[in-house]
Amino acid sequence: MKRLIINKIALSLSVLSALIGLVFLAWILVTLFSKGINSLSFSLFTQDLINGGLRNLIFGQFLMALIATIIGVPLGMMAGIYLREYGHGKYANIIRDLSDIMMSAPSIIIGSFVFVLIVEPFGSINGWAGSIALTIMLIPIVVSTTDNMLSLVPKELREAGIALGGGKHQVILSIILKAARVGLMTGILLGFARIIGETAPLLFTSGTNSFWTTDLNNAFPSLTVSIYNLANFPTDKARDLAWAASFILTMIVLFINIVGRFFTRDKG
Amino acid sequence: MNRESIFKKVAFSSATLILVMLASIFVMLFISAKPAMQEYGWHFLVDSSWGKTIEVKSDKPLATQKSTTKKTINDENLFANEDSAIIPLSDGGIEDSGQPKNTITKIIYGGFIPIIGTILSTLIAMAFAVPIAMGISIFLSEIAPKFLIKPVGLAIELLAAIPSIIYGMWGLFYFAPIVQDIFGGDQISLLTAGLVLGIMILPFMAAITRDAMNTTPSVLKESAYSLGATKFEVVKDVIFPYAKVGIIGSVILSLGRALGETMAVAFLIGSVFKIPGSLTNPTISIPVVLANNFGEASGNMMSALFYLAFVLFVFSFIIIGTAKFYFLRKHR
Repeated sequence: MKRLIINKIALSLSVLSALIGLVFLAWILVTLFSKGINSLSFSLFTQDLINGGLRNLIFGQFLMALIATIIGVPLGMMAGIYLREYGHGKYANIIRDLSDIMMSAPSIIIGSFVFVLIVEPFGSINGWAGSIALTIMLIPIVVSTTDNMLSLVPKELREAGIALGGGKHQVILSIILKAARVGLMTGILLGFARIIGETAPLLFTSGTNSFWTTDLNNAFPSLTVSIYNLANFPTDKARDLAWAASFILTMIVLFINIVGRFFTRDKG
Repeated sequence: MNRESIFKKVAFSSATLILVMLASIFVMLFISAKPAMQEYGWHFLVDSSWGKTIEVKSDKPLATQKSTTKKTINDENLFANEDSAIIPLSDGGIEDSGQPKNTITKIIYGGFIPIIGTILSTLIAMAFAVPIAMGISIFLSEIAPKFLIKPVGLAIELLAAIPSIIYGMWGLFYFAPIVQDIFGGDQISLLTAGLVLGIMILPFMAAITRDAMNTTPSVLKESAYSLGATKFEVVKDVIFPYAKVGIIGSVILSLGRALGETMAVAFLIGSVFKIPGSLTNPTISIPVVLANNFGEASGNMMSALFYLAFVLFVFSFIIIGTAKFYFLRKHR
């Protein structure tokens, strides 16, 4: 009897804590939606920050994340291919471990590294520095995805490819990557969703910019950095804009996540 | 060179790039922090003054002092020592010994307050998040009815993907006033920052703890149930012992995340260099010092910021490394 009572109490505590957690998280989402939708208007997408819109910020954030993806995905994938297909020794294991650590390293540290590496020599904050900071964040994510997804490809496929007379690189490029493409796509999408929401690595690398610009050599518009500035600005108008921006950012991140998960579920 | 060997070389170089990046982060931060390390030494870690002006009396004649200062500038050409200036005392005149008396005003930077702020806010976050994350993952792995497992699990994973700046902003405008109502003190405080940090890492921690718990083979659980064990006993005596290592690893990994988190804390901790007398006072943490001061810092202050960044990097490296290698080692 005592056992059953203890069981009841423990399980109730567990359910209760789950409820508390979910209530907090629901509260955040509800706030975000109600504040965000109220502040949302069409002109946000046609005006730049200087005129009270978000157009340049959304564009800037996307562009920097896109450049990071274009640079980071091939590098990360090649590194992942090395780890899974070529390196079987100690060296590959060390790289794998370090990449794992880098994936969780504080993003503000990446920002200060890029500050020394690019911003200081260059003389001012600029869009390239922001993109590079995001690239450094993305690479370990792509490495780990590639490494994991390639490990799921059955050995028989590799053997069959080699039996057909293909070189190892041909087998990798035309058979293995194809077999793993759904998982790789998902991983890259989730990685993109992760870096597009980053603020800390952009604060003193790209900064932000109120005006429309496509010049990556200047301070570059960033949605997240502007949210930080706007939220600390003591007017209601700025705060509403910050909520609208947060709402749009969250929608983008959640959308990409859901699309990514949909792909993997499709496969089984 | 044929294509195969080119391909292999490119792959090898890409993998090596990771090593190079991590090594250069370490080296660059160290070089940038070096002037502050030489100036303040280990004392930096326990010195609670930030930007305090002090006067250092010097016995050496003015001329010698000047030349040594110059020498340090040459040694540390990365960050010129522009915070210290030599001010000869006008009324000091000539001492009995015949040496001119002079003092140096110096601005000193110590890292104690942000270090303490980081540790305390992380501890509060963990104290809040660990029990709730455990509850959620026990709920998801043993208690929840089947139709709830997938949607709740997905919701947790999606929440873990929400950018941390959103948590910070929500905390500032909606959560901080409530914390103040309940606990008193300031809205912007160590406590609010720690709690919001806890809420932020909650989904991440719950998701990876659940994954760790789910590694328990169902055969083990079923045999315990067939012996008449209650759900709680299965959790306590089968799942926890089996998944212990993974669960501890998940908690430590979340701790590493919380330690380096900037945006969820930046809105809420108050950004004042003050040792918090109570939990409801504002203070500052390392990532927030970096976020707020990097833009306009120079000289010794810049170097002190890099010292803090270096400390944070080394600490999180050790913590994340411990979690990943000791507790969460993958089977290869």
